[in-house]
Amino acid sequence: MNADDFACLADLLQRRAGFHLAPSKAQLAKSRLAPVARRYGFRKTDQLMAELRDPPEEFVNAVVDAMMINESSFFRDRACFDYFRGVILPSLLSARAGTKRLRIWCAAASTGQEPYSIAILLDEAKIAKDWRIEIVATDISSAAIARAAEGRYSHYEVQRGLPAQTLVRHFAQDDDHWRISERIRRMVRFRRFNLLDSFGWLGEADVIFCRNAFLYFAPLAKRACLQGLSDTLASDGYLVLGASETMEGASTAFVPDDADARGIYRKSRHAVRPVALAS
Amino acid sequence: MKHCLVVDESRVIRKVVSGLLEDMKFYAEEAAESRSALDACRTQMPDLVLVNLANAGGIELVRALRRTDGAKQPVIIGTVTEHDVGNIVEAIRAGADEYVQKPFGRECLTQAFAHSGLM
Repeated sequence: MNADDFACLADLLQRRAGFHLAPSKAQLAKSRLAPVARRYGFRKTDQLMAELRDPPEEFVNAVVDAMMINESSFFRDRACFDYFRGVILPSLLSARAGTKRLRIWCAAASTGQEPYSIAILLDEAKIAKDWRIEIVATDISSAAIARAAEGRYSHYEVQRGLPAQTLVRHFAQDDDHWRISERIRRMVRFRRFNLLDSFGWLGEADVIFCRNAFLYFAPLAKRACLQGLSDTLASDGYLVLGASETMEGASTAFVPDDADARGIYRKSRHAVRPVALAS
Repeated sequence: MKHCLVVDESRVIRKVVSGLLEDMKFYAEEAAESRSALDACRTQMPDLVLVNLANAGGIELVRALRRTDGAKQPVIIGTVTEHDVGNIVEAIRAGADEYVQKPFGRECLTQAFAHSGLM
């Protein structure tokens, strides 16, 4: 990518998404934008880059979305939430009918859109008041967790993924920002946590969301983290990864829940903690 | 073919949006302000009304349409710019289904249609 193109892209991302694109990420940026270029009929990504000098709005949105792939948005990948609502939740409400307790852990919560989306979904599902459903949300970034706990989002951030009725029902306007309602905010507990640290503090979770967190993990780190997730997950619980993520042989602890449900896993019968060999 | 009414003071905007909707296989009609928009709706209620919420009478048009008796209610989508997002809450409470922010394209409209059950 030539320097002018990079500067133009970096400036665009800074202005539109407050995102700092490091020069070392130029190659990654180019590969992220290749599908966007194809979608708009450009034979080369460079041609798309040239358009960024004076881009149509549709290009800007597509470019920002492709670049911010690790950024969070409300109800991101709607199919995942539909599966949670339609399959996972009924299954667990039935399985936990005795204790009437559920714990959901968002392990890569970023700026909070994912746990708040789950909270909104639960609120609208009108589950009986005698249930105790806990949503714990963690992220490696303390800045992200602070933003998440505040629950205040720009108009750009609430625009995508939120039907207007949902927006008006669960958010209040705050200057040119939107603040999540206290009712929803109260449903989530936020804490800073690095997935490479010890998992002991959490106890057991019935559902773990860990979407698109492994993108930058080395294979060994991914394996260690999946072991931790397996230790934390209830035996009949669900692990939700990003729709395009797989185990890639990193763990035998999980099996796909359904051939068509991408990214959703259960614990396999072979989920055993590796035993340290005596030296 | 679905029928849409585009309500905006600006002739340029009406033309651009009508063109976009025609590309999306709508039959598009235009109105410059809420009174002629209401008249058009009384003649034949469209499937979709796209109304600029910042224009005088925009939100009142939403209320008037929702008060209209008769079998068919249109999907109402308000258009806003980044400077007048304050209209969104009022418009939704007045009965609008969705909003789109200018400049909007096909992708944005498609998402708004999906959220409001138009397609």
